[in-house]
Amino acid sequence: MLSRTADCLFWLGRYSERAGNVARGLAATLRMAMLAQPLSAEDEWRSLLIATGCEPGFRAKHASATPEAVIHWLTLDLDNPSGIAACVEAARRNARTVRTALTVDMWEAINDTWIEFRRLDAIVMKGDRLPGFLDWVKSRTVLFNGAATDTMLRDDAWRFVHLGTMLERADNTARLLDVRHPAFAPSPNADAAQYAQWQAVLRSVSALRAYQHVFHARLQPQLVAELLVLRKELPRSLHACYRAVDTVLDAIADANGGTRGACHSIAAHLHARTAEGDMAAILEQGLHGFLTEIIDRNIELGQQIGLLYLNGRQT
Amino acid sequence: MHADGAIRTPYTEMARFLDATGQEALDQKRREAEVLFRRIGVTFAVYTEGGDPERLIPFDVIPRILSKEEWERLSQGLEQRVRALNAFLTDVYGEQAIIKAGRIPRELVLENEGYLPQMQGFTPPGGVWTVISGIDLVRTDADQFYVLEDNCRTPSGVSYMLENREAMFRLFPEICARHRIAPVSHYPEELLETLKSIAPEGCTGTPTVVVLTPGPYNSAYYEHSFLADEMGVELVEGADLFVKDLVVYMRTTAGPKRVDVIYRRIDDDFIDPEAFRADSVVGVPGLMAAYRAGNVSLANAPGTGIADDKAVYPYVPEMVRFYLKEEPILSNVPTFMCERPADQDYVLANLDKLVVKLARGSGGYGMLVGPHATQEQREDFAARIKARPGDYIAQPTLALSTVPTLGENGIGPRHVDLRPFILFGKEVRMVPGGLTRVALREGSLVVNSSQGGGTKDTWVLLEDPPEAQRALPPPDEDARPTQSQSQSQSGRQQQGEE
Repeated sequence: MLSRTADCLFWLGRYSERAGNVARGLAATLRMAMLAQPLSAEDEWRSLLIATGCEPGFRAKHASATPEAVIHWLTLDLDNPSGIAACVEAARRNARTVRTALTVDMWEAINDTWIEFRRLDAIVMKGDRLPGFLDWVKSRTVLFNGAATDTMLRDDAWRFVHLGTMLERADNTARLLDVRHPAFAPSPNADAAQYAQWQAVLRSVSALRAYQHVFHARLQPQLVAELLVLRKELPRSLHACYRAVDTVLDAIADANGGTRGACHSIAAHLHARTAEGDMAAILEQGLHGFLTEIIDRNIELGQQIGLLYLNGRQT
Repeated sequence: MHADGAIRTPYTEMARFLDATGQEALDQKRREAEVLFRRIGVTFAVYTEGGDPERLIPFDVIPRILSKEEWERLSQGLEQRVRALNAFLTDVYGEQAIIKAGRIPRELVLENEGYLPQMQGFTPPGGVWTVISGIDLVRTDADQFYVLEDNCRTPSGVSYMLENREAMFRLFPEICARHRIAPVSHYPEELLETLKSIAPEGCTGTPTVVVLTPGPYNSAYYEHSFLADEMGVELVEGADLFVKDLVVYMRTTAGPKRVDVIYRRIDDDFIDPEAFRADSVVGVPGLMAAYRAGNVSLANAPGTGIADDKAVYPYVPEMVRFYLKEEPILSNVPTFMCERPADQDYVLANLDKLVVKLARGSGGYGMLVGPHATQEQREDFAARIKARPGDYIAQPTLALSTVPTLGENGIGPRHVDLRPFILFGKEVRMVPGGLTRVALREGSLVVNSSQGGGTKDTWVLLEDPPEAQRALPPPDEDARPTQSQSQSQSGRQQQGEE
């Protein structure tokens, strides 16, 4: 496969996933902000900016994190490269470039989203209509993932899309959890605010029900963290994501002459860390430190994948 | 339609169908077609205007129909013309016999912008220059087709030919089934076979073919990706290729891979910044050196622009006689060359009757349709012709034939042209028909998509339509499938929320 094609497929997967993740995060924050005191509401919005990794750009443009400003920044503002609008645009641009590597169903999922998005105006981001819009974005990414899973040949095209999706998803889960890490510090008696934080974390990865199905218990910080980091049953857990990344990178190496690079050892390391981790020990040593390392390794993993497969090496 | 108002035989069944269908239903089909094309992403880009950067070319739902006999004659003429054009290219970049024989002016060829001195003395692999040609034809009456222009560089539009047919099958399955329409969908296979057949001699095994595009912002990008997809080959941009030791490679996830044949949809000027325009960012440095070394084939060969230059066009019938010793089957439109004083005088005196075009350039830009122009426009062109006569040619407005087309106020006659695509490798191949372009504005003669033209499906009928409408066979009662299994509702209680 052409390196550029692989690059576009990889980023198609990442941007599509990112659009959905921003929508999930925004929906969860919207709920939190409704519950919170006015003073801590601003913290909620700032947390979301940090979790989506686009706070610096926001700061350059806005003085304070008002709900209106953050919502606009994360939805329609094309200046934000991680906003929903920019993600939809970038996903579609990548898809169009490698139109031939996609199935018709995938193309239509992406293209219809893009066409629909261009018809939207700022009014759908306001008040009562925002949750409906966010649901729509989520459903479009679910449709895209379904189209990819159900219609693609299991060849390199599928592998690079899937690689991008899973790498992005891991990054998102790690950031979402990290931004609320103080709520996971061992403390004798948790208050309602902390409880709401755990709920928000679960909600933003669509795992509130899943928690109950797995643990049949009241929310406990260690179990919430365990579900999101270590449990392979949860499709958005770090373990599930890195298992997929590790497996798919192996398959890519096998299909491309057997050469392996740094990306393979990083992926294997991250897979092992999340598969064999012990949550009590991780919390003991500090969740923030653990997640920061994961996020940094994840960035390095993306760069190494680029070097070996996406940038077009000449040897 | 015949001049006397009778319906031409190939259209009889279609006429019955249109009578029975009615405007409203046809309008509905037209809207469906638009949704279809938008969803598939069949678009082209127009950059000189504002608005939607990805526009649809309007699709007319009424097909243009040719009989088998009409097509057979056309295809013979097309093959003859393409062979003559290739012989001309071999000659002007070789011994230049046609110039020495005085059959075409030396300056017209050698000082032409379309002539690439770099190609002098070079023979492309297989001796073929125009692997893919598109020849634009117009019709004036039942028997007479004229060649309007030759496109020997990178003719586009074949994807519309293919997508239009698919759209017709989807929108009008019944009326399609009532005709025996010659298929076109094998074009990509024919193209791939043709491209493989021009692989460099040293290429062993199955040649690696790629389509080279300037990128997604090119107006014909959809077509580039469509053809690559249909042929199952890579669609590459300049940056995906590199040349090492006079060999072309593409950058892949498994490392460099050698490329044998490049179907390039990039103009000559831009294919190699080392050989032509140094500011080209879409080309491949070193490509021409690899090409000259015989390590890669290009389709079309660089330098074919001299064969489809509008100032060279009047000499094509002469090429047929000179190289093939045959009489041309297809006629040229009589053409006045403004650089000839006598021709210029005639053109200036008859601007209201003529179509004036730039001798170089494409897409209907910079064109004057005399009968439809204002006095001011004609005066503007008269001044331009006097200033740079060599840039302009003029042709009479032909009594172009029209075909029925769906307009705002019902079905009416509109002018059309036809662009068949001719493939030339070891042999000449064509799929029956081509792309019909239609001037959607009533009375307009300009069919270019950049100037508000549309397209139609083009049918070549393998036999005349049936006299009487064939009834559809009754449904086969025995062929019903057995009911598929469904989940039992009784065994297990539904889990529900409280």
